[in-house]
Amino acid sequence: MRPVAVVGIGKTPFGAFPDRDLGSLAAEAISRCLADAHAVPSRVEAFYLGNFAGPCFVGQNHLAPYVAAACGLTGIPATRLEAACASGGAAFCHGVMAVSAGLYDIVLVAGVEKMTSQPTPRVAQILASAGDLAGEMRAGATFPALFAMIARRHMHQYGTTREHLAQVAVKNHANGARNPFAHMRKEVTLETVLAARPVAEPLTVYDCSLISDGAAALLLAPLERALEFTSRPVRVLGVAQSSDRLALQDKADITTFEAVKRAAEKAYRMAGVGPADIEFAEVHDCFTIAEIMAIEDLGFVAKGEGGPFTGDGGTAPDGRIPVNASGGLKSKGHPVGATGVAQICDVVEQLRGEAGARQLKRHALGLAQNLGGSGATAVVSILSR
Amino acid sequence: MEPRKPHFGPGIVYTETVVHAAPEPFVDEAPYQLAIVELEGGGRRTVRILARSEEQRVRIGDRVEFVELREGVPYYRKTP
Repeated sequence: MRPVAVVGIGKTPFGAFPDRDLGSLAAEAISRCLADAHAVPSRVEAFYLGNFAGPCFVGQNHLAPYVAAACGLTGIPATRLEAACASGGAAFCHGVMAVSAGLYDIVLVAGVEKMTSQPTPRVAQILASAGDLAGEMRAGATFPALFAMIARRHMHQYGTTREHLAQVAVKNHANGARNPFAHMRKEVTLETVLAARPVAEPLTVYDCSLISDGAAALLLAPLERALEFTSRPVRVLGVAQSSDRLALQDKADITTFEAVKRAAEKAYRMAGVGPADIEFAEVHDCFTIAEIMAIEDLGFVAKGEGGPFTGDGGTAPDGRIPVNASGGLKSKGHPVGATGVAQICDVVEQLRGEAGARQLKRHALGLAQNLGGSGATAVVSILSR
Repeated sequence: MEPRKPHFGPGIVYTETVVHAAPEPFVDEAPYQLAIVELEGGGRRTVRILARSEEQRVRIGDRVEFVELREGVPYYRKTP
């Protein structure tokens, strides 16, 4: 297996764009990415697209060749990957494996979702289809409801408080306020989060990530060819994907995501590093409790210590391990299929030292964690300068 | 071997939430309480809680009993 590099990145802003369709969002991200890599479309040998529910949100299926054609990429293998909110991470993982195995040299990976064309109850229903339909969703569960039940149990077992959850939102909104590509660029106070409209108790609207439109793309090449495209290649040290049962009721302990732990162990092993070596991370904060669980399952802190560690500022930009300096899904927005790819783009920006007002002091080794559903898919990636 | 029949015996609340923002088919029912119940005979099930008032809502550790099945969904209530 040969080493792989990210040689170009491109994103659209995330937000609600009523006058943009899925194809134009994807094409914008891809065009920015190819420009960043000084590459023309004809150099791309294969295309992997992360998308969760284009057929439901906008009615268009067969999305990989649809997007490829919109970008002048015809004739190459074009494949869509669906892994709920980890669709983008899965596309990245499979793209890296294809280059690493020598199937192709130059591979384009993109993620896109166009969500805001549907009313919120319909969006909740489409998202819910990524859960266990027969057991959970038929009973009236939503993803906020599943994560609310996880939060209740985490609070019960470890003493995590309502304020700890809110502190994730406060931090990520403060970070996202400095991100020109974020959907909700505003700071929020602890009081605002706590007093906000309940979505699924104990979670309020500020514990939930946003329904957004957006796209992200990145270009992969063998490390040995990276300098053909960029003077600042970023090396993919490790990437791993894992899965688990869909339904919470079928998991022994819902306060931990086994798929995240398994993917992290494998990615750490591939990279030859451990959690203590990671300098910063972009994690999947679809709900505030998910960030607390992520920093535990990734091994940054012991199980149950995620809440207090967050409360003490351990994950702030000047903390021991800065988490979601981009603003996370919470502030940046969560166009589902784009998220996993955008996380890698955000890590690459930090590693290159191009994160502007969000630039971290230590930025040589970063990690991204992308979660699908209530933990049925997880992808963990480790990248370095 | 007979297929395992779903059983709806009494149990203990493993976790719960009150859903305010409901998905499309359940919008008219919100707010409603969902729980994962640890059944006495083993295993867990996702159920709806019948509660007409705040006091009838359940918390982790509460004992609950089966009331009825509605369109395949088990409804439980707090054991008096």
